[in-house]
Amino acid sequence: MTHKASKELLRVENLHKQYGDNEVLKGVSLTANAGDVISIIGSSGSGKSTWLRCINFLEQPTSGRIIVAGEEVKLLPGKKDELKVADPKQLQRIRTRLSMVFQHFNLWAHMTVLENIIEAPIHVLGLPKREAMERAERYLERVGVWEFRDTYPAHMSGGQQQRVAIARALAMEPEALLFDEPTSALDPELVGDVLKVMRSIAEEGRTMLVVTHEMGFAREVANHVIFVHQGRVEEEGNPQEVLSKPNSERLQQFLSGNLK
Amino acid sequence: MEWFDLTVVTGSLPEFWRGLWMTLHLTAIALVVGFGFAVPLSIARLSKNPWVSAPVRAYTYFFRGTPMLVQLLLIYYGVGQSEWMQGMWEAGNPFWLLFRDAYFCALLAFTLNTCAYQLEMFAGAIRNTPHGEVEAATAMGMTRSTALRRIILPSALRRALPPLSNEVILMLQGSAIASAVTLVDLTGAARNVYSRHYAPFEAFIFAGLLYLAVTFVLVGLFRVAENRWLAHLQPRRSASAQKD
Amino acid sequence: MDVLIEYSPSLLAGAWVTLQVAVLSLLLAVSTGLFGAACKLSKIAPLRWWTALYTTILRGVPDLVMMLLVFYGGQVLLNQISDYLEWDMIELNAFAAGVLTIGLIFGAYFTETFRGAFQAVPVGQMEAGRAYGMSGWQVFRRILFPQMLRYALPGMGNNWLVLLKSTAIVSMIGLSDMTWLADQAGRTTHQPFAFYLAVCVLYLTMTSVSNAVLQRLERRYNVGVREANV
Repeated sequence: MTHKASKELLRVENLHKQYGDNEVLKGVSLTANAGDVISIIGSSGSGKSTWLRCINFLEQPTSGRIIVAGEEVKLLPGKKDELKVADPKQLQRIRTRLSMVFQHFNLWAHMTVLENIIEAPIHVLGLPKREAMERAERYLERVGVWEFRDTYPAHMSGGQQQRVAIARALAMEPEALLFDEPTSALDPELVGDVLKVMRSIAEEGRTMLVVTHEMGFAREVANHVIFVHQGRVEEEGNPQEVLSKPNSERLQQFLSGNLK
Repeated sequence: MEWFDLTVVTGSLPEFWRGLWMTLHLTAIALVVGFGFAVPLSIARLSKNPWVSAPVRAYTYFFRGTPMLVQLLLIYYGVGQSEWMQGMWEAGNPFWLLFRDAYFCALLAFTLNTCAYQLEMFAGAIRNTPHGEVEAATAMGMTRSTALRRIILPSALRRALPPLSNEVILMLQGSAIASAVTLVDLTGAARNVYSRHYAPFEAFIFAGLLYLAVTFVLVGLFRVAENRWLAHLQPRRSASAQKD
Repeated sequence: MDVLIEYSPSLLAGAWVTLQVAVLSLLLAVSTGLFGAACKLSKIAPLRWWTALYTTILRGVPDLVMMLLVFYGGQVLLNQISDYLEWDMIELNAFAAGVLTIGLIFGAYFTETFRGAFQAVPVGQMEAGRAYGMSGWQVFRRILFPQMLRYALPGMGNNWLVLLKSTAIVSMIGLSDMTWLADQAGRTTHQPFAFYLAVCVLYLTMTSVSNAVLQRLERRYNVGVREANV
């Protein structure tokens, strides 16, 4: 099942994150090669979302290294023990290569679906409008919400909005996609549609990092699973093995709570 | 005992129209110029640098905490007729000559006043921009200025439309004090008609009806604008109204 | 500065007039507003129409125009009445005209504030009161009114601040409030700037104190209400 690793796309080394006295991440690492689908699981408060958000610097890590496609993000010590990005231009470039899908979709409310998708390709990547429109139409069709292209986000269901958000991320044509609990804010009956779309883009060989509660997705779609507990990687490996025969007691407890 | 003599109104119609025209352009110019300054100043108002935000706060504190009539009198009689200003005129400085002109002073007072109110509205709307939308822009690699220009301002200015429509109407009505500095706006015209004919009902009721008519037109225009620019918020609005 | 000290008793007397106009107008406006809101929410359709007409007109016409109409128009009416009754001429009091106009104008704003606040109280609150055997008056007095006040407070505070600043226009019908007195003092001393600035400071003091009190009141009335987390 494991994709044969060819090219390393993302490496996170020994990442720490502290809020005041509270250490949320106590040195976590991961490596993603092209085509990897990595699920990060763990109970709420384990630090799994913070980890993802530190990777594109929506939050500032306290220490650690992040290397995207061989390019290390240059960091400087900032205030309050946090690291600061040395070169904002580099950070913006790297953010365009790691597109994020949020728990609450975060679509821009004053823009139609189509405008949401062409916004960053035009104003960040500098694509001509025509090309951005073509991309947008293609990806909207891909996630199955093409008929909503002139609708405002507030007029759509959560599941439809999240699929638009996935199309928005895909339209950046990034090296990797970061998913931050993409189905947690959805009504149960809408979760399936979004998971189906995520599964199908995983099958295209895209590199994905998915923070999730969906054990089915972790088991069936991911080729690597990381269990985070209290800011540390408690156990990781092939999902089939790790999830069916967990070694750590914590993961056993977590799974029995989840799979009941 | 005739208490409303229509011929007083019909005989003074040209005077009323000239006054109405004065009211309209005085209000419109103040609102537009005020808007032009309010947008950048609202960003300065929210700056984390106190050297930038404090002067803006002091400005809005003063202009929102005092009556516009007193501001107008302060500028026209206070600044314009001070001894220092008389000296400037004698020195022949053309800029300061403007302060002799009641029209310029009214425009300045109205602009400064509406700009203060508008900038606080915009600052409030910017502060209320959903955090996730800003985060999405950051995550997509937008710079701070691109996010401001493309996401935060367009979203905030739309959400500021309802309070802005309120401000436009208050400004129209507030402009009635222009007659305090000898300008013949709609209220000034009504005062002239009153004192010439000693006909308070004819003069002030007709002027009031004209103000009311302009207010209706403005309310209508803003309704059209809100339907167009706030379409993206409408379902939420109807959802919150369904509590009956 | 010396002139300001010399004229300060006069300015402070003017400030007292301004405050009196403001507070009396407020009382008139709040009672008119409560009555207007009751009419707007009444089951009798003509009552609703007349109130709608009142709030639309009073909010659509400048306060100054309204004040000139009440002051000069009122004088004409008084003259006609005194002629008819063969009395001596009665002079209309600028203070009364000012309070009446500002009170009625802001009565329209308070009508809208109270109407919105009454409607904001959830129906379930009243139902719960009735379910526990309260009479209609008890439900109104013990449940609806106190809750309505909490919803109305921000709007009431805002109306008060606008009303306070509106009082400056009474100087235009010759009432000797602080703006009028500053105007007179400025003319006599040839230092209008100093006097208008002093009036600004007095108004700023009044609005700042009002703001501080309003913030306190809101905090007190919001006891038991959770703020939304943003």
